[in-house]
Amino acid sequence: MPDGRTQTDAAPHADAAAPAIRARGLVKRFGDVDAVAGIDLDVPRGMIFAILGPNGAGKTTLMRMLATLTPPDDGTAEVMGHDLTAAPDAVRGAIAMTGQFASLDEDLTGRENLIFLARLWGFGRRAARDRADALFAAFELADARHRQVKDYSGGMRRRLDIAASLIVTPGVLFLDEPTTGLDPTARQRVWRMIRQLAQSGVTVLLTTQYLEEADQLAERIAVIDRGRKIAEGTSRELKAATGSGVLHVTLAEADPLDRAAALLEARLEAPVQRSPEGARLSVMATTAEAANGAIAALLADGVPLEDFAMGSPSLEEVFFALTGGAPQSEDAA
Amino acid sequence: MSAPLSGLEPTARPPRPSALSNALTFGWRAVLKFRHVPEQLFDLIMTPLMFTLLFTFVFGGALAGSTGDYLQFFLPGILVQTVAFNAVYSGMNLSTDLGKGLFDRFRSLPIWPLAPFAGLIVGDVLRHLIAGGIILGIGLILGYRPEAGLPGVIAAFALLLTIGFGIGWVFIVLGLLIRTPTTVMTLGFTVLFPVVFASNIMVQPETMPDWLRAFVAVNPVSLMTTAMRGLMAGTASLSQIALALIAPVLLTAALAPLTLRLYQRR
Repeated sequence: MPDGRTQTDAAPHADAAAPAIRARGLVKRFGDVDAVAGIDLDVPRGMIFAILGPNGAGKTTLMRMLATLTPPDDGTAEVMGHDLTAAPDAVRGAIAMTGQFASLDEDLTGRENLIFLARLWGFGRRAARDRADALFAAFELADARHRQVKDYSGGMRRRLDIAASLIVTPGVLFLDEPTTGLDPTARQRVWRMIRQLAQSGVTVLLTTQYLEEADQLAERIAVIDRGRKIAEGTSRELKAATGSGVLHVTLAEADPLDRAAALLEARLEAPVQRSPEGARLSVMATTAEAANGAIAALLADGVPLEDFAMGSPSLEEVFFALTGGAPQSEDAA
Repeated sequence: MSAPLSGLEPTARPPRPSALSNALTFGWRAVLKFRHVPEQLFDLIMTPLMFTLLFTFVFGGALAGSTGDYLQFFLPGILVQTVAFNAVYSGMNLSTDLGKGLFDRFRSLPIWPLAPFAGLIVGDVLRHLIAGGIILGIGLILGYRPEAGLPGVIAAFALLLTIGFGIGWVFIVLGLLIRTPTTVMTLGFTVLFPVVFASNIMVQPETMPDWLRAFVAVNPVSLMTTAMRGLMAGTASLSQIALALIAPVLLTAALAPLTLRLYQRR
């Protein structure tokens, strides 16, 4: 039986300074399709790092490679200092993964699931039970621990699934679309837990198709499209790179719509979209200050405002801006 | 707002458990499943029970002169059929598990890679014992008498578990290859029905056409049934037992490594 630890011990031991993840040129092909077409990734320790992209961008495949579930066709990667292909078992000892589909046995109770996994990790009977109970308390699931998982709600299942990844505190926690399909309350709760995990020193790599999620949680975001990384940076950097947010203005009456539109256009130097039915105007604004100035100009001119809001660019707008023309960000690290 | 994860101590990895410990943990899961889903027994028992009752009372008199004589002939064979059909359900369960994220979790753990399958096999052994025990019990109530007594029954069940173990690999491989559980079932029964019927489980092959008789003579299911009858009656020869073991041994030797390959490639 191959034993990962002997392999790691033979290699220079994973030094504490090694980044959580360091990937170079990872490639995964499915037939003719390059699901992942050469991705570099550097994730420092203790960070929440988001991989943002639409369905089919290659996010999950990238994560599955890093979690040793799918061997890469090309490229190299180290996770917590362990080489992905040379010492996969050592990588497995340092990570945990919560996939997109609940990786729990629905027929068993929540507690049995955690005890089962703890026993696989090598905890004794008693220690396994204690660890399961501690996780149930921490994840606010104690009342449900003796219920079969099939009777859990989506949010509870997701929390149990994340708890199952923390039986041994991992160096890197992979979360594949952790809040897809959850209602807003459950989503907030999962976000809160992810933040606290990161505060306790766990590196979190998560995939998401929600810009808002990446924005809320992640210190750094890599944007992936068609198997390639098209941009990387903090949420602020990405927004700056994609140009702007959108200023939405609703007038109290439709009469001064043309005057207001002309004012906004002059002020923000961008075309204004009009929807006369709702007396609404939308315009790209490069910065919040510029938007603020435009609103002030409208008020100074006596345009009656009912409402205004600065919206983040949608994921589509980010992609459009990025794929449209920001090639220099391709190698950003 | 309270901090939900407060009080959760960072926990280091305990010493790596042995492969045996991993396998036993998976076996424990199989036992738990029996406790939570006892209705799965219904699936396992109903087919062999119907076969036993229908064949004994409908065809028994015509085939063997009396229902009692037929049951004496038929029961060891229906046990072989029972474990073969059980194996289909186990492949179906595997396919179901694989369709969820459960096996991804297993594969991202630093455990013995074959442990999940060891767990499946523990579950299979339990299923075979329980289903076989119930069918034997019903046979005893209906008048079946193993001439070799308890030692014969124990020897026969040991052989039965070995047979189930061997056949189990076929459906583990199918479960790994086929994504839809119902396809595993349909395919499994499509293969098993002719193999089980074209054997000596239900009737002696004397009245069959030559070509079919030639097949029945080498059909592993026939060899297994002959050995089971022999063990229960106390007349089994070593060569009969050896012949019955050929298929399980070959299947294990060929399919266990294939299972590991398929599993790691997924």
